[in-house]
Amino acid sequence: MYVIIAGAGKVGWNLARELLERGDEVTVIEQDRRRYLTVEQELEHAVQYGDATELWVLERAGIQRADLVVAVTGDDEDNLLICQVAKEKYLCERIIARCNNPRNLTHFKLLGIQPAVSATDLILRLIEHEVPSYGLVHLLDLPEERLEIIELGVGHGCEAAGRRIGDLNLPQGALVISVLRDGSGFVPGADSVVEAGDEVLVVLDPGLEDVITRLFVANGTGA
Amino acid sequence: MFLLVVGSGRVGSSVATSALRAGHTVSVLDEDPLSHERLDVELGRSWEDAGGRFTIGTALELDALTEAGIEEADVFIASTNGDNTNLVVAQLAHRRFDVPKVIARVLDPRRAAWYAEQGLHTICPTQIAIEQLEKAALEIG
Repeated sequence: MYVIIAGAGKVGWNLARELLERGDEVTVIEQDRRRYLTVEQELEHAVQYGDATELWVLERAGIQRADLVVAVTGDDEDNLLICQVAKEKYLCERIIARCNNPRNLTHFKLLGIQPAVSATDLILRLIEHEVPSYGLVHLLDLPEERLEIIELGVGHGCEAAGRRIGDLNLPQGALVISVLRDGSGFVPGADSVVEAGDEVLVVLDPGLEDVITRLFVANGTGA
Repeated sequence: MFLLVVGSGRVGSSVATSALRAGHTVSVLDEDPLSHERLDVELGRSWEDAGGRFTIGTALELDALTEAGIEEADVFIASTNGDNTNLVVAQLAHRRFDVPKVIARVLDPRRAAWYAEQGLHTICPTQIAIEQLEKAALEIG
């Protein structure tokens, strides 16, 4: 696989290292001269000096034959535009963009730059995961496929506690796929009873979170 | 007409002041509060007293764009000192806020041309300079 990586910061450099080790062909593009010289000591010809938002720099790196373009500079506008031209001008099939400011994720989405990865957003989610009082944790979002998986703590005194899953009247488009209790999990059937203190994994269509949360979380607060 | 100008450097502030003089409603967004002074100087009096609007904020912040009035804008001009910012914010104005007329200043001639092919109205000062220089040089030669 031929991969072009824009940005030789910590993310770009380490990514290049791992991919080269796997046997992939890699070109990293770095626009800071000093950083380029540092990285070039190790990566040698696999790193090129230039501004990856310029078309001739991308062409020099061979973007026409790239299987994957990864834009991981520290600048969201740059990452967005690099991926946009890779996808729409050079018809590169796969792109991955880094989003530094999670507020910009909406711009990536609007311009069709997916997937956009935000480390800040990932860490925020992990923080949510560590703090169950938030009640609901998004484990997986597949916006293109219109599916998501969430984790919920079952609150004491909530509507679902003590009832069979079959009796919960879950809305169409929602399914409880796993129940975690006392440190181990099982795949529930219609007869399985949900208990307060359980954690449940639910796969659902986007937009159903509110209905599901009302069932499993007491008084709209966390478990 | 209501013009929103993002980026109040030499180009943006000139366009903003002449539009205001011509009687249009003009709102300017810039991250640097000092850029406001440029508007006052070019106009010869206070920008706000003359009816101009000014918002401090970065171009990609939706809140700043909304505060600057993007939802009511008839014309959107992206004239910050960064091509990449201009190209992104112009696409936001066009696709997210449906501003009827969106113009982006892009210094890089090749990208200005490619984005123009994609339907974005770009103006490339570099290309204009190249053409005028070529013309001037050949006339002398």
